[in-house]
Amino acid sequence: MDEGLRNELSKQGVFTTTLQELYNWGRRSSVWPLNFGLACCAIEMIAASMARFDIARFGAEVFRPSPRQADLMIVAGTVTKKMAPLVVRLFNQMPEPKYVIAMGACAISGGPFKQGYNVLKGIDRYVPVDIHIPGCPPRPEALLHALLKLQEKIAAQPLTGEHRPRHLSPDVPGEFPVPAYGPYDLQPAKNDDVWRPALVVRTDAG
Amino acid sequence: MSEAGRPPLPPEDLMGALSTGDLVPEPLASDVPLPPPQPEARYEARPKGRWAEDGEGELLEVSVGPHHPSTHGVFRMDVVLEGERVVRLKPVCGYLHRNHEKIGEGTSYLGSIPYTDRLDYFCSLTNNWAYVLTVEKLAGLQVPERAEYIRVLTAELTRVLNHLCLVGFLVHDMGAMGTPLMYAFREREKLLDLFEALTGSRMMCNYFRFGGCRCDLPPGWLEGVQRFVDEFPRFLDEYERLLNENEILLVRSQGIGVLTPELAINAGVTGPMLRASGVNYDVRKVDRYGVYGRFAFRVPLGEHGDTFDRYMIRLLEMRESHRILGQALRELPAGPILDPKAKLRGFRPRAGEAYGRIEAPKGELGFYLISDGKPNPYRYRVRPPSFVNLTILEDLCLGHTLADAVVILGSVDIVMGEVDR
Repeated sequence: MDEGLRNELSKQGVFTTTLQELYNWGRRSSVWPLNFGLACCAIEMIAASMARFDIARFGAEVFRPSPRQADLMIVAGTVTKKMAPLVVRLFNQMPEPKYVIAMGACAISGGPFKQGYNVLKGIDRYVPVDIHIPGCPPRPEALLHALLKLQEKIAAQPLTGEHRPRHLSPDVPGEFPVPAYGPYDLQPAKNDDVWRPALVVRTDAG
Repeated sequence: MSEAGRPPLPPEDLMGALSTGDLVPEPLASDVPLPPPQPEARYEARPKGRWAEDGEGELLEVSVGPHHPSTHGVFRMDVVLEGERVVRLKPVCGYLHRNHEKIGEGTSYLGSIPYTDRLDYFCSLTNNWAYVLTVEKLAGLQVPERAEYIRVLTAELTRVLNHLCLVGFLVHDMGAMGTPLMYAFREREKLLDLFEALTGSRMMCNYFRFGGCRCDLPPGWLEGVQRFVDEFPRFLDEYERLLNENEILLVRSQGIGVLTPELAINAGVTGPMLRASGVNYDVRKVDRYGVYGRFAFRVPLGEHGDTFDRYMIRLLEMRESHRILGQALRELPAGPILDPKAKLRGFRPRAGEAYGRIEAPKGELGFYLISDGKPNPYRYRVRPPSFVNLTILEDLCLGHTLADAVVILGSVDIVMGEVDR
């Protein structure tokens, strides 16, 4: 619909919308996170849901203990190699549409514990991460900012066409292979369908 | 071999490996055959039913955690239930093992301070203190008086913060969703504002240095602490009025999870858990580290050792911390905050070993360091109070219902960052 006509109609008290906008408005305004804390960042996640920061202002205060009722997994803390299979399994148990926020340096890349032998170097090796929040731990405001960014992303998702999201494409799987702890390390070490690190080009000039 | 005319030593006088026979060269790592891959997963997460030996009832094994809202992080208990009663409980740790000690052995002494923040992430300042106390013992540094008072101030604020959050979460586990935890976090935000003004970070303070503190107090900080100290008793009165005589709290906590003083001492339990069982042991009184010898404060002791005593001990300790804070604010001297002998760059303590311990909010937090004169420690070991206090969990939970096991676990006050390290 033409934008000018739409403005004109709204002045007359007639509001028009598209199914896509309505659908995405509903989804983005009630994102239910999984009540899932791993380490230090979980405390800031709890602080974000408390009175001062009040994540309820953005419709995301309903922390669900069960993955079956959650839309958003906030990976808040260090993912160890013992915990990584469980994180992926929890993500698989969530119904589509589902989103992931990697909260904090550890969930992004291993953070300060990256050199540890037991620390996963970023949860984006196994599950698709929508928003990364840097910080150790990120402030609650940063989590709220990430939630707003996620809402923008949801609002922009088309319902049809080639760029429609995963949950609307029947041939794209919503479950991801769960790694298992092999004799020495997690097998497989990464999910190549998900993990696409940026290509680093080194030149002689430095 | 024997230029000086000495006869060669008989083989049994050489090192042990030679005297036992032929020296077998160690195989190269690439020659060692890999163990066959495990055919199935290590554990089965689904509950398993089986019949009890006497044929009376069915035992059910339930895996609680690591993703469970009441296990305070990624802790897992394998519980065997008969009906609703716990007949066996096995704690499973290691889901947050972040290699703290191994990283500490490869990092310089100064570089380990930020890692100690992340041990018990509620109480970063007391973790800092235990670590720098150990290094100060190792290197023989003296802490100026003003820095000691600042340490006491921040450590007691941390204790208040920890106990507030603990009580909030404990009551939350009993079913009081929301209100008590929100009140606790409201006070916590006031404390975090103070920490942020002082150290630049809300949770990971990274403030103490060997021989003192990193920087002096910012202007207006003491007034902020004074304001908190003035307002805190009113909050605590309100909080106790809200909770202490609540019938649900009394029924859920009195007589639940009784810890006898004998078991507590034998298991090495420390901190509020030990004192709730009636054992008078507080490292602040025993060691009088820092300037704790100058403050008048009492050590609250429990009588029954049940969950309610552990809950009340925390509330009483907050009042004592409040007394210490008031005295420290009055007596805070002026002066330097860092030992002039302390050097941050190229810090190499002489070879030796040291064990330093403090009364962290959760119990006796100790660090054991061995130095071989290098910039990084040869051995770095943490004695975490949460982990030691957790070892008696099965003894506390046997015979109680699964819902009580959750409350008992909450009253033990664990933080997985410290348990698994």
